[in-house]
Amino acid sequence: MDNKDAENAEEEKISKEMAQVEIMIGQILRIGVIISAVIMLIGFIAYGIQGSTGLPSHGAVTITAIATGLLSFKSGSVMMLGLFCLILTPVLRVVVSIYAFYVEKDSLYVWITSAVLVILLFALFIGHS
Amino acid sequence: MTQVILMLAVGLIAGIAGAILGLGGGIIITPVLTLAMGINIKYAIGASIIAVIATSSGATIAYLRDNVLNLRVAMFLEIFTTIGAILGAILNGILSPVVLYLIFGLLLIYSGYNMIRKLRAGSEILQRVHPDPIAEKLELNSSYYDKAADKTVDYQVEHVPAGATVMFGAGIASGLLGIGSGAFKVMALDTFMKMPLKPSTSTSNLMMGVTAAASATVYFFNGSIQPLIAVPLALGILVGATMGSRIMQILPSRWIRIIFVPIIFYIGLQMFLKGFGVNI
Repeated sequence: MDNKDAENAEEEKISKEMAQVEIMIGQILRIGVIISAVIMLIGFIAYGIQGSTGLPSHGAVTITAIATGLLSFKSGSVMMLGLFCLILTPVLRVVVSIYAFYVEKDSLYVWITSAVLVILLFALFIGHS
Repeated sequence: MTQVILMLAVGLIAGIAGAILGLGGGIIITPVLTLAMGINIKYAIGASIIAVIATSSGATIAYLRDNVLNLRVAMFLEIFTTIGAILGAILNGILSPVVLYLIFGLLLIYSGYNMIRKLRAGSEILQRVHPDPIAEKLELNSSYYDKAADKTVDYQVEHVPAGATVMFGAGIASGLLGIGSGAFKVMALDTFMKMPLKPSTSTSNLMMGVTAAASATVYFFNGSIQPLIAVPLALGILVGATMGSRIMQILPSRWIRIIFVPIIFYIGLQMFLKGFGVNI
């Protein structure tokens, strides 16, 4: 009887921990999405005030061009930064999933999700070069 | 100014629909941008990629929190779609897109037919599933809480290799053609792996953002993404997808499937005809 109670208590503790981890993951994802939305919104309002993006309308976009534009608060560069943050939100999702599986002590899925992250980072890298 | 309001509105609608159906919203966004607004197809594709990510990120927060999606299925299959997407990008110009259009067009039409069969059978959950040793080993079988039916639904996953193969092909197709980010995923999960519709569309939602992120930097740095198009669209979608992810959970699965059938037939037919050079 005592043994069973202890087991139940242990299970309850794990499920409580899991619920907390899920809430935390939800919060992190929400913060990521909100940050990118706020940056995009700021850039968009700035465009309304400045009247131009300060970016070339055609051709490739370089990190240097965006960085220079950000230093002088050009609306186009702020919007591009917001879009870039948005592109990173799925990457954030994969990273926090690895942590979730780690807390669940699910080593198989820690490996699987880490593999996804490596492939994804590889893709992001070849996309840039 | 009218363009901005139109973008926000299109984004809102595409976000709601995309979150409910597990689609990327390209089916709504691309024609509006290219046909109605006369925007260059290059920028429309760039905007579509951003739209997919915005839909996915906006919807996934609620689907993760409310335990609708299947994170293990998503991450396991994501290996195949991301490798496929990279391969598709590399094979661009080597592999003939015609064959892909025909194969995936036909697969989607078959999927639509299969959905009608499920509607006629009247049962959303397959009761007599064959236990799949791979699904058991990978712990893919799960359950979700259906708010519309007010009960927890247990389900099993079948035919994992077939699903993985479709996901790999879907990755190649989306990397190569920039299309079908969500439709192929729902098809693999629902038609091939026999998952219930709600976990299928929400899992598709989570996955399509990750797959799109794999190819998004290419578009970001080659100048396909125009901030004045993409930003209002993305903002509208984020709001829409957040709403859609709540609406979907209270809709009966049957309704979602009824909305889905004509859309999947349309995308399938469109793709099949494109293989013969006909655009509809």
